[in-house]
Amino acid sequence: MSNGRIRSRYYTKEHEAFRSSLRRFVAKEITPNIPTWEEAGRFPRELYAKAANIGLLALGFPEEYGGTSVDGFYQLILTEELSRCGSGGLVAGLMSHGIGAPPIASMATAELKAEVLPRILSGQSISALAISEPGGGSDVAQLRTTAKRDGDSYVVNGEKTFITSGMRADYITTAVRTGGEGMGGVSLLLIPGDSSGLSRTELKKMGWWCSDTATLHFDDCRVPSRYLLGPENAGFMGIMQNFNNERLFIAVMAWAFAQLCFEEALTWAKDRKTFGKPLIRHQVLRHKLVDMRTALEGTRASLEDLTWRVDQGEWPVAEVCMMKNRATQCMELCAKEAVQILGGLGYMQGSISERVYRETKVLAIGGGAEEIMKELAARQLGWLT
Amino acid sequence: MKILVTAKRVVDPDSKIQIADTQTSIELDDVDFRVNYFCENAIEAALELQDEHDAEVVVCSIGNEDAIQTIRTGLAMGGDRGILVEAEDEVLDGDLVARTLAKLYEQEKPDIFLLGKQAIDGDSNQVGQLLAEYLSLPQACFASNIDIIEDGAVARVEREVDGGIETIDVDLPCIITADLRLNEPRYASLPGIMKAKRKKIEEFELDDLELDTTLKVVTRSMELPAGRQAGVMVSDVDELVNKLKSEAKVL
Repeated sequence: MSNGRIRSRYYTKEHEAFRSSLRRFVAKEITPNIPTWEEAGRFPRELYAKAANIGLLALGFPEEYGGTSVDGFYQLILTEELSRCGSGGLVAGLMSHGIGAPPIASMATAELKAEVLPRILSGQSISALAISEPGGGSDVAQLRTTAKRDGDSYVVNGEKTFITSGMRADYITTAVRTGGEGMGGVSLLLIPGDSSGLSRTELKKMGWWCSDTATLHFDDCRVPSRYLLGPENAGFMGIMQNFNNERLFIAVMAWAFAQLCFEEALTWAKDRKTFGKPLIRHQVLRHKLVDMRTALEGTRASLEDLTWRVDQGEWPVAEVCMMKNRATQCMELCAKEAVQILGGLGYMQGSISERVYRETKVLAIGGGAEEIMKELAARQLGWLT
Repeated sequence: MKILVTAKRVVDPDSKIQIADTQTSIELDDVDFRVNYFCENAIEAALELQDEHDAEVVVCSIGNEDAIQTIRTGLAMGGDRGILVEAEDEVLDGDLVARTLAKLYEQEKPDIFLLGKQAIDGDSNQVGQLLAEYLSLPQACFASNIDIIEDGAVARVEREVDGGIETIDVDLPCIITADLRLNEPRYASLPGIMKAKRKKIEEFELDDLELDTTLKVVTRSMELPAGRQAGVMVSDVDELVNKLKSEAKVL
């Protein structure tokens, strides 16, 4: 609800004011256009600047480079409310700097930050993150794209794939091998979109239609060495820390989309009549709705708890991994049951649940696959030492 | 230049409206609230004048303590400070609201008093006009464009009238009420919301203003529109025309 009432102990009046303003922005500027943008496979580039105007892109970045430093609940509200547009592609594409730009903010030289961050945070430039390769995704330590030092530049060769905003990005935060085998030879290099030797191929997807996704080809691509983020061969930790942000962001998205499916199914179940009574009067269907609501409540509570812990300065890696799995499983349940409750309508394009159903897998795979999350959690909990 | 602008807190029209047991008011427990749409246009107009003429924008509201949030929205959009006159809806009518705002005018002496042309809840469309009368000021109601000319001495206002636009000049100080097509109100941004937290809001009780609070209008009852009747299927155009003639009697 956006009535100014405070939802739980974590939220202040300013949080609710932000939610209320954002909800109206999304309902007016984004949601009505989603069917068109999904069909077109793009949302307009101008949306980045519009989003920047109400402070969405700057959120969580340092103020000296145009950011707004706030607590983690603003990020949670931002992702939740943006997701109400009903398209994960929109959220992932519009917010791709949320994974592309933090390594710039934490690792770049002051000079490079001043050059790049204000452009990204004002929506002039699009930022993307490029880690996965055709030869391997989650196994970051084995990546094969190389960057060889040549005078005052790096020469990059290799391929990156499944890159969100990959077709349009102006700055690509790229994981490259600058040293020997394994995690100790990996660096993060910021590659400008207009670099010579960079070409892009668009990828078609099951869902997330309105976001552009690409394979990037680096063929003797020359990048000035000042675009290196942090010291050479010290990129692995930066990549891992960035994954934590991304996974929490994905968890909020998954929960928010699960919520949309639930709301659509509940409304339908009250309106649609079969065998002389509304669907919700059939026990088997209302129990489905209770299962959905049960999963949603648990996911919300643990998301808020984890957000609070991160705000206190903790970095609970295992909990973030498990949170991502819990939230994407909640989304899979809610999308599946919502489509079932909507029946034929749920299989037709035009319902929110139909789209969300096609978007469940990308969240269970992207940012670290479900299986990797479990493995990482087990290791972080110290069970294998 | 100083501009006083209203921000009435109203029930969000997207909420499901239910009438309270008393039959004289709306059930307010489960509804969302927002700034009156026309007030938002007035605030936006004030903020555009703030940019062009370095004006101070004071956002005022009359309502219960929750109306503070409505003022804060105006401040988050860019207003400089706020004034709340605390009063429950039940003790107000349009005339008392106009006389209350007249008191605020006397305190603040703004160059322009901007209001929404009406509130989307009561739909009375009278406060701006009454206010102008009580203050003996020129009024330009239903503004669709505002230009300040002659070094800030005159407001040139376009008004939407039936079938066209009327352009009028009014001397400042004046009362202007905003129509929907005046502008596209900005959204409160996150940095704006954070800044608004520190902006000053003065609070008064209605009693502090020494007004005659006797109401001239009392709400007797409210009822929802009758539910829509089920439709009838007709088999062909002839039957439809027949029914429109004989039953609906519209042809």
